[in-house]
Amino acid sequence: MKKTPSKPAIKSLHKSPSGIQGFDEITGGGLPTGRPTLVCGGAGCGKTLFGMEFLVRGATQFNEPGIFMSFEETIEELTQNVASLGFDLDDLVKNKKIALDYVRVERSEIEETGEYDLEGLFIRLAYAIDKIGAKRVVLDTIESLFAGLPNQLILRAELRRLFHWLKEKGVTAIITGERGDETLTRQGLEEYVSDCVIMLDHRVTEQTSTRRLRVVKYRGSTHGTNEYPFLIDENGFSVLPITSLGLNHIVSNKRISSGIPLLDKMLEGKGYYRGSTVLVSGTAGVGKTSIAAHFAEAACKRGERVLYFCFEESPNQLMRNMLSIGIKLKPWVRKGLLQFHATRPTFYGLEMHLAVTHKIVNVFKPDIVILDPINTFVVSDIEHEVKTMLMRMVDFLKSEQITALFTSLTSGGSTLENSDVGISSLIDTWLLLRDIELSGERNRGLYVLKSRGMANSNQIREFIITDHGVELRDAYIGASGGLTGSARVAQEALDNTEVLTRKNEIERKKREIEQKRKALESQIAVLQSDFDSAESEAVKLIKTEQDMIKKLEQDRIEMAVSRKAVMGKSATGK
Amino acid sequence: MGNPGKLERPMPERNQGKYVLRLYVTGTTNRSILAISNLKKICEEYLEGKYDLEVIDLYKNPGLAKGNQIIAAPTLIKKLPLPFRRIIGDMSNKEKVLLGLDMREVKEK
Repeated sequence: MKKTPSKPAIKSLHKSPSGIQGFDEITGGGLPTGRPTLVCGGAGCGKTLFGMEFLVRGATQFNEPGIFMSFEETIEELTQNVASLGFDLDDLVKNKKIALDYVRVERSEIEETGEYDLEGLFIRLAYAIDKIGAKRVVLDTIESLFAGLPNQLILRAELRRLFHWLKEKGVTAIITGERGDETLTRQGLEEYVSDCVIMLDHRVTEQTSTRRLRVVKYRGSTHGTNEYPFLIDENGFSVLPITSLGLNHIVSNKRISSGIPLLDKMLEGKGYYRGSTVLVSGTAGVGKTSIAAHFAEAACKRGERVLYFCFEESPNQLMRNMLSIGIKLKPWVRKGLLQFHATRPTFYGLEMHLAVTHKIVNVFKPDIVILDPINTFVVSDIEHEVKTMLMRMVDFLKSEQITALFTSLTSGGSTLENSDVGISSLIDTWLLLRDIELSGERNRGLYVLKSRGMANSNQIREFIITDHGVELRDAYIGASGGLTGSARVAQEALDNTEVLTRKNEIERKKREIEQKRKALESQIAVLQSDFDSAESEAVKLIKTEQDMIKKLEQDRIEMAVSRKAVMGKSATGK
Repeated sequence: MGNPGKLERPMPERNQGKYVLRLYVTGTTNRSILAISNLKKICEEYLEGKYDLEVIDLYKNPGLAKGNQIIAAPTLIKKLPLPFRRIIGDMSNKEKVLLGLDMREVKEK
């Protein structure tokens, strides 16, 4: 023990990735390497499959060959069963990636005649391990031995030895066990396998079944402690580590159009934030789906991928209906940018919906996800479960930077704010569509109830569905408040006439002033001409006066000449 | 326990046939040695000249364990006469060994 600590002193547990979707995330890397793990659960919960997928993934993805020792199913049965999941065991066996061994224990054939041990099994396993250099081992279901071998004392001692032996061998092992009444396994295997215990469960509540997985124990490692839903489908197992999500997703400043210009205008003229969660809620028939369809179409036009979950209409019905208001969705479906998924909410449990959504999203990799509508879930489950489910959904979509649009149907009587399954805290932008009943008409109004991170409009706009899509009308805001429908039209007409009369008045005033000006001008003209004539008269007078002066001078000189007077210089005038 | 009784009738004809026995042991552990000596004693006593016993060491032939569905050691397999039987343990319980070999009636005679 004189090793100098060249490496960091803390050596964390090595883990072998299972390759099972999601499972490695819950456990932080997979199963404990070189240790046995107990997988327990009731009949038909997927234990064998879990083990098998662990081996197949190990062999194909991580280059770790594995041994499957079956105590229940024969090799043929096993091969057939997992072929439906796309695993070609024959091929893997041929390539020495996997070895299968069926251990048959028939009570009626066996006679106990004294002390014995299970060394035969050990030899068999060791031989198989060495033959293909296996790193992984699955024993399914070793408890069958209890039925075949009468001496429990020996069996228990030997099992304890077996698990020790597996550890010594350094193989990562899965031991499956049937669930007992009080204990995790019928024979109390959890006593022997104490490093890692995983429980699988298949529960039916309200006629819908959900498979769940829980890490009961994981020595030397942290792990998610929740029950996680899982799926078994044509691609094998997938566990959905949804509850492990936090609130540390990346936030985008980019904005995307809602597809309705005036709605964008209400949101600072730019639309929603990318990666945000939008809720459109309203009573029946107010046009929630239309808003969603607009958004989808706009996104497709930008070349983005849209995943549309409809829970009330079939895709074809939805496309037809949207076509009637001028939104063409079919071409985008053909192009592969838009994908519909239609299921009834009651088709699976909530968890399963989440799981399915998760899976589809991971496959399709959309930019936008639309759930239309979300509150049909409420029918199938209790409210708080719906809320946690949606929270997980929102967290998941956010972490993937996907913009989500949910629609929600609110019932007429209840107040709008509390009827939306209490998810308002999860929503970034909340559009509320409401009926405005006024003077014998039912009109639609839209307003932005909240929109995080933007200075949104606080107006209620009138929302009109036309044959070329949804239109928002600028709100009429006059002295008597907001008006919609024909009341708005009437008010506008009223306004128009008022404006007209005002205009007329102005015209009249203008004319009046013009006239006044003209009168003034004519007066000025008269005065001018008066003045002119007076002036010319004056000029004439001056002239005659001057002529007179000249004449007088002349006369005086002539007189002097005639008188022969000497004219002094001073005597002359000028 | 009903099995051996039912099988009494075909046995006498079968007595002519040889007992083909395979004893699988694991090296030279006490249990293996005990099983071999116990079995040999029983065979000499009840099946003198009518048996073909082969002792196989699983450590030397590990591949045989799978083909013969061996899990416990020691395991004695009675290949013939039918029915096929496996007798596990150190063969110290003679009664049980005889029962397993379907020779209970022999002992009773």
